[in-house]
Amino acid sequence: MRLLTHNMLSSNIKGVTNGFPLRIEAEKVVEKTVEMNPDFLKKMFDKIQWKAFVDGSRAMGFTELPEEVDSSVLESDEFLSRFHHALLELHLEEGALVCPETGRRFPVNKGIPNMLLHEDEV
Amino acid sequence: MLVQMMPVVLLKKLEEEEEEDYDEEEAIMWYLCVFYHRLLDYRKPEVESLAELFRAFGEIENGDEFCCQNRSLQWRLPLHHHPDSPFHFVDLPSENVARNIANRSILVKGMYELWGEGSSYEELKDSISKYPDDRKLPYLDSNSTFKITIDSFGKVFSLQEQKELIQGLSYIPFKGQVKLKNPDHNFWLLETDNYGVNNGLPPVVQKRIFFGREIGGADRKLIPTYQLKSRTYLGPTAMDAEMAFLMANQALATPGKLIYDPFVGTGSILIAAAHFGAMTMGADIDIRVVRDGRGPDCNVWSNFKQYGLPMPVGLLRADNNLPPWRPGLKEVFDAIICDPPYGVRAGGRKSGGRKLLKGVVEPYTVPDDKRTDHIPSTGAYSLVECVHDLLDLAARMIVPGGRLVFFYPVLREDEFSETHFPEHPCFRLISTSEQILSSRYSRVLLTMVKIGPYTEEIAEAARIKHIEFRENHLKWLEDGNLHSAVFSPVDAHLTLSAFFTSFYLLLQSQSSLNPIVNILVKNFKIL
Repeated sequence: MRLLTHNMLSSNIKGVTNGFPLRIEAEKVVEKTVEMNPDFLKKMFDKIQWKAFVDGSRAMGFTELPEEVDSSVLESDEFLSRFHHALLELHLEEGALVCPETGRRFPVNKGIPNMLLHEDEV
Repeated sequence: MLVQMMPVVLLKKLEEEEEEDYDEEEAIMWYLCVFYHRLLDYRKPEVESLAELFRAFGEIENGDEFCCQNRSLQWRLPLHHHPDSPFHFVDLPSENVARNIANRSILVKGMYELWGEGSSYEELKDSISKYPDDRKLPYLDSNSTFKITIDSFGKVFSLQEQKELIQGLSYIPFKGQVKLKNPDHNFWLLETDNYGVNNGLPPVVQKRIFFGREIGGADRKLIPTYQLKSRTYLGPTAMDAEMAFLMANQALATPGKLIYDPFVGTGSILIAAAHFGAMTMGADIDIRVVRDGRGPDCNVWSNFKQYGLPMPVGLLRADNNLPPWRPGLKEVFDAIICDPPYGVRAGGRKSGGRKLLKGVVEPYTVPDDKRTDHIPSTGAYSLVECVHDLLDLAARMIVPGGRLVFFYPVLREDEFSETHFPEHPCFRLISTSEQILSSRYSRVLLTMVKIGPYTEEIAEAARIKHIEFRENHLKWLEDGNLHSAVFSPVDAHLTLSAFFTSFYLLLQSQSSLNPIVNILVKNFKIL
């Protein structure tokens, strides 16, 4: 699971009002090289919830993202390559996503988060 | 009888003459577009989509994404040709656009600059002679290499006849060297016969001969490369390679785009999108499909690896009926492509079991020590609900001007009534392409363009509809009406029509209920 995906997901358990962001429990993080596409990064920058993204990257062991940003950072190649790395190359292979409100763990196995709810959660 | 095509090449050497410079003309002109004689309904929509992708209609102005998609190409048929004919003329703004479209397409056999046509070889000669020299001479000069191929539709030429036909073109002043492999210029003489009846087509009344310079054509090698029988990991509903590529073309897959499949299965549709350079993301309710596969090197990830394609940027197990997207997230996908689980081949599932939906039992509380490995039960997912969820997801998550491409089942018994397709205020339906699956069913590939924003009103209507579905599930099951919907169509009309009339995105007329009822039959058999 990439941080791009993490940034899009929330806990949708019935009754939960604050299901985002899911806390990352990282057991195994791998890096996978992905070809960089600046246009894609610029598009995604607008969609990303930055704080959740920075916190997520730290949980995955990457600490080189600035705490706060505005769109001017997109001019910097150095920023783009860090953003690219954190967004698409860090990969949570094993671990869990934890609902911030209920503590329910959504397991991540073989890189795939299981967001399916139990019967009593829908 | 199948169409018989026999290309043959003949060497031709001609004396040298002075060459001329050539500037590519950017004026709009008619190109001869010859299709493979298959998937007839898919041919023009593919070219139209690729025309959009290659900006045949000009650049999109800033902030105008919603308005730019109301454009289509001009087509015309050769004299006395039936619309099913493989020969069409299409109006394109430049040779570059024509080449890009043809090379990226799956169903265009060749795109040609037409130098002449006629109903006889005398007429063809006249026509070619009248075609301006400044268009012809640049491709005839002595420093270039060329090849002439004879191709026929609905008839076969002997080798001797082909030689004679090529010799008959000696009035064209070819000065270059003949080269059979990768020549600079490919010329084609294409002939359709008087009696096209045996091609499975209505007769082409009049024989027609075309001569032109090839500009581009489909790379059909893609299809054997990606054919399903050589794929490591397959599921029962894997999309065949040709159709997956057509879907990816309808979705305008290209580098820098993010394309999502909410019913990803073994990834067969996303593989085509990834081949064209798009970033891909997929979800499925069935973990066996998305994760486990059949071992470490036989799963969705390995299918991408097999072709050297970039892995999906995200795969997840999720229920499209209860999608886990965070609140406020919208307009992230450039396109959604999918083959929803309508129950024709694989029944759709959603969270919640049969007894739970019936209200017979209270929700099963999973003991804490069993939660990790618990497999939640799923219930059947009806066509209407599935389409509702898909359109709602697409309306929210697709960017302005982005596309939703999906299959929709149609019952063929209903041939005298008009088929009604799903509608949504955020989308305009731009193409419908039917593929017949059996004597009873066909599936129609729908391509929709997002033309309006996902407003709060639309979101609220969808939320209410979602709740209504839940209530209806319980009600139908309790009344046993699902059963009568299946086995007594009269009751089904009463029960279902009350339900459908309030349903804003589907099917207003009675006639359209028949296919739905029949699809429901399939779906609810599992209940």
